[in-house]
Amino acid sequence: MTAVMGTPMLRKEDPKLLTGENKFVDDIQVAGQLWMGMVRSPHAHAKVGTIDTSAAAAADGVHAVYTGAELAEMGLWAAPLPCAWPVTEDMVNPPHFPAAAEEVHHVGEIVAVVLADSRYGAVDAAELVEVDYEVLPAVASIAAARDGDNNAHSDLDSNKAYSWALEPNPEGVDAAFANAAHTVKGEFVQQRLIPAAMEPRGVLAIPSPAGGEVTLYSATQVPHILKVMIAATTGIPENKLRIIAPAVGGGFGAKLNVNPDELLAVTLANKLGRAVRWTETRSEAAFSTHQGRGQLQTIEVASDENGKISGVRVHLDADMGAYMMLITPGVPLLGSFLYTGVYDVPAFGFTCDGYFTNLTPTDAYRGAGRPEASYAIERAMDMLANEVGVGPDEIRRRNYLAGGGPFENLETASTLVFDSGNYAPNLDAALALAKYDELRAEQQSRRDAGSSKQLGIGLCTYVEICGLAPSRALAGLNYGAGGWEHATVRFLPTGKVEVVSGSTPHGQGHETAWSMIVADKLGIDPNDVEVLHSDTAISPLGLDTYGSRSLAVGGVAIAMACDKVVDKSREIAAHQLEANPDDLEFTGGQFQVKGSPDKALPIQAIAYGAFTAHDLPDGMEPNMNEQMTFDPPNFAFPFGTHIAVVEIDEDTGNTELIDYIAVDDCGNQVNPLIVEGQLHGGIVQGVAQALWEGAEYDVDGNCKNPSLMDYLVPSAMEVPNIQTGYTTTPSTSNQLGVKGAGEAGTIGSAAAVINAICDALSPYGVTDMEMPATPQRVWKTINNAKAGA
Amino acid sequence: MIPASFDYVEADSADAAIAALAEHGDEAKLLAGGHSLIPLMKFRLAAPSVLVDIGRLSDLSYINDGGDHIAIGALTRHSAIETSDLLTTNAPILAHVAGQVGDPSVRHRGTLGGSLAHGDPASDLPAALLALGGTLVAKGPNGEREIAITDFFTGFLETALAADELLTEIRVPKVPGAGWSYQKFNRRAQDWAIVGAAAVANGSTNVALVNMGPAPMRATAVEQALAGGASSADAAAVAAEGASPPEDLNGDAEYRTHLAQVLVGRALDEALG
Ligand SMILES: Cc1cc2nc3c(=O)[nH]c(=O)nc-3n(C[C@H](O)[C@H](O)[C@H](O)COP(=O)(O)OP(=O)(O)OC[C@H]3O[C@@H](n4cnc5c(N)ncnc54)[C@H](O)[C@@H]3O)c2cc1C
Repeated sequence: MTAVMGTPMLRKEDPKLLTGENKFVDDIQVAGQLWMGMVRSPHAHAKVGTIDTSAAAAADGVHAVYTGAELAEMGLWAAPLPCAWPVTEDMVNPPHFPAAAEEVHHVGEIVAVVLADSRYGAVDAAELVEVDYEVLPAVASIAAARDGDNNAHSDLDSNKAYSWALEPNPEGVDAAFANAAHTVKGEFVQQRLIPAAMEPRGVLAIPSPAGGEVTLYSATQVPHILKVMIAATTGIPENKLRIIAPAVGGGFGAKLNVNPDELLAVTLANKLGRAVRWTETRSEAAFSTHQGRGQLQTIEVASDENGKISGVRVHLDADMGAYMMLITPGVPLLGSFLYTGVYDVPAFGFTCDGYFTNLTPTDAYRGAGRPEASYAIERAMDMLANEVGVGPDEIRRRNYLAGGGPFENLETASTLVFDSGNYAPNLDAALALAKYDELRAEQQSRRDAGSSKQLGIGLCTYVEICGLAPSRALAGLNYGAGGWEHATVRFLPTGKVEVVSGSTPHGQGHETAWSMIVADKLGIDPNDVEVLHSDTAISPLGLDTYGSRSLAVGGVAIAMACDKVVDKSREIAAHQLEANPDDLEFTGGQFQVKGSPDKALPIQAIAYGAFTAHDLPDGMEPNMNEQMTFDPPNFAFPFGTHIAVVEIDEDTGNTELIDYIAVDDCGNQVNPLIVEGQLHGGIVQGVAQALWEGAEYDVDGNCKNPSLMDYLVPSAMEVPNIQTGYTTTPSTSNQLGVKGAGEAGTIGSAAAVINAICDALSPYGVTDMEMPATPQRVWKTINNAKAGA
Repeated sequence: MIPASFDYVEADSADAAIAALAEHGDEAKLLAGGHSLIPLMKFRLAAPSVLVDIGRLSDLSYINDGGDHIAIGALTRHSAIETSDLLTTNAPILAHVAGQVGDPSVRHRGTLGGSLAHGDPASDLPAALLALGGTLVAKGPNGEREIAITDFFTGFLETALAADELLTEIRVPKVPGAGWSYQKFNRRAQDWAIVGAAAVANGSTNVALVNMGPAPMRATAVEQALAGGASSADAAAVAAEGASPPEDLNGDAEYRTHLAQVLVGRALDEALG
């Protein structure tokens, strides 16, 4: 049996997805189900006055209407919605219930819920609910929260939620800036992003009136976390809850929360004894699902004469939105460690202030804190290159950790220990793939010819933190849970294998990747492996999927469970072959006595023997059902070089991305096809932040582009063929040497594109470009630069 | 994203549709491809209580040679126009522009009649027809009448059609040798134009603008400048005269004015060059 790991095996998941056989939450129908219709606040900040539900209650097919105050009186809530990451002791965390009773704090907050026989009926009836609002001034931006007179919550006397610092060496930072030959300062806006997963969120709660159990189907990334949190917030005993994430169509972080709709569905189903469901509409998603990013960043870099960095200082003002959701306050912290990038930074300091606004809450979105960090340091590196007068590649080379050469387990200024790296060869590979010198020559010839179509070339050499997370590291950050992952690998009597995965796929391809790991470990065919997941009754232990953790934690747990299977099989084989376990070789799925090929047992036969238990070593438990909970000793740190090539039409301000080159290093690859897919998607998502996407708000806190007509998610037409390449530097954090690739693309791409735009426009004197770089913004920036020149 | 409730009537002929409109009055709306009306209903910006579906009236879907003109049935889909040899030969701008509308699924549902009757200043086909010239045929309870394309667009999402009239046919002149150009500027391939410009040069030059005012419009100042002998560049400089560009996230009036000048300049260079 040749190794399948490392080969581009087609995804097992795809036939079911492509033929529509998979069931998403909205596909699942239950007799007697009631649809929720949400009555949402049209105001960003208001006192809720009287609510007249009579017309809605009298409408056809309406079963009940409950206001936020009524829901509170019904005693449905044992606790407010959870925030698992109180980043500081004194963090402000205003109580947040599934429906507001007294005051609303963002447009779209639920103030009442209608239950009706049909989805349309529920929505129609919700429109009949009359709510009196006393409108209060809204805090509609981070700047307004920080500098303005209004408070997002009228019972708070400030919008500041917390201040957090990572300042391991403040004197060192001060000294670095005091003695610097060059300093640069970048001020960047990380605009809010609407996650827009292909499948909108949806829930279906099915009660068992006699037994007291509730089954919740939810389009979630985190069924296990949801189960704990629903028990904690509703008081329904945890062992009466079953959470199922059926086929889930993408999440990007936006499906890792505990949402008002989930709690309403569970509690109302439990209360009424009928199934309760809801599916968000696309426009509703801008209010009912958290958003990403939302930061104002200031980064300063100090260097010597040659551009060798001596210090980096960062401050963030971060937009929490109206409430703390599950990990809202922690997102900037996830990025904090990466503001030194791949560089040898002797002194580093980071501070962050979190602010409440009257906008949809923010939380994790692909990369969660790390794309922001990578953006800031990579933009600043280009600024430093200009300041010092060297190329963007050269400034990076001068500053790489370990001089750009190979390293293992290296402590960085941000206190993390990077597992492994080898940066200069990765940069070289990307420059070669991009034909960098030719691009620069082409750029120069266009400039010389006075072309109205400028070429820009942008580099980003990123690093990211994957494999969330060592539980002790999380404890240090005051996170409310661990970061282990659980796996079960079991042989069935007929020799087929079932794997139970604690990490929960929502498009990534776990079934394929896990099958490949098991196939190689056990010497069997990957098609003989079935992967079970995403149902807490089938997979009771797990911490789910986010933070590029599935492979580096969950996949490794599977590999380790396989090792246990092999170890146990070896014991049985030794017993049955009357050999010493150490004299057995395991190859090609067979145990064989070294030197006597005729004395051999296939692992399936051993597994059958474990099932019959007729002839096991004394005291050995029957069955082959091995479990592993893996708590990684360290994170994994993938890295890479991304190069964006843009052409800017100075007459219209239009930016066209004409080429994109990505050379990534995610350690060993289990399935290069899946890696490639993750990178493509991730890259486009980051390019989208740079060029198209951004939730826009007016001063009253209304989102101006909640629909996909105005919120520009790119299509295949907008992106060029991405040229990918890879270097391989195995991780030291796990036995597979894997690092994670789910967020890498996003982490590298926004900075590459904006660096390319600034590069293209440097002849006009343009030094920065706010995202998204809309044609209008580019055109105006060129005009302003020309006028200033 | 969920429309208010409505009644649905399927018309099996143009006359049946007109009768249904007469019966239900203002409450009724014709439904052709549904690709403008349904989105409005889903946003609850429109809430007709009766939809009269004319989408299956296949006898209003045709592209015929009418001698000095090409006759196009109002229910003809964008994709049929895009791929019509007759139009590619005789009115190539129309075929080309039909291929610029939305994405393939939109082009297989949306109809020329629907696009015109909707009267959206941001849509492509009205501008192409304004530049091309032509006549529309409307049918109502009192029979048929012809409306010049230049008289058709009267205001924001308003046209010369009466509430009980059905657009049945679009007649476009044959201009096989004419110079033409369509310049559509948008941020994603499937989107409406932020600004667009259509030009047809057939002796005199007609220029139309997309998304530069409440209704699809001709760039009269440009046409007059050209007629007076101005260069393309000088004519393009007055592209936004008489326009009242909308302001939205894609562009303010200043930017749209500039874009109109750039795009009209490019359109004239291509059409006249
Ligand atoms: C995703 C998407 C992208 C799009 N992109 C573009 C684009 O890039 N450019 C562009 O120009 N358009 C675009 N469109 C609009 C599309 O071209 C529509 O199909 C077209 O504008 C309307 O045609 P319809 O047949 O769908 O009309 P409908 O939506 O059915 O009707 C529109 C209006 O016209 C009326 N009507 C329809 N037919 C008649 C008739 N025969 N007589 C009288 N009244 C009638 C209806 O009552 C209604 O008021 C897009 C649409 C979508 C959904």
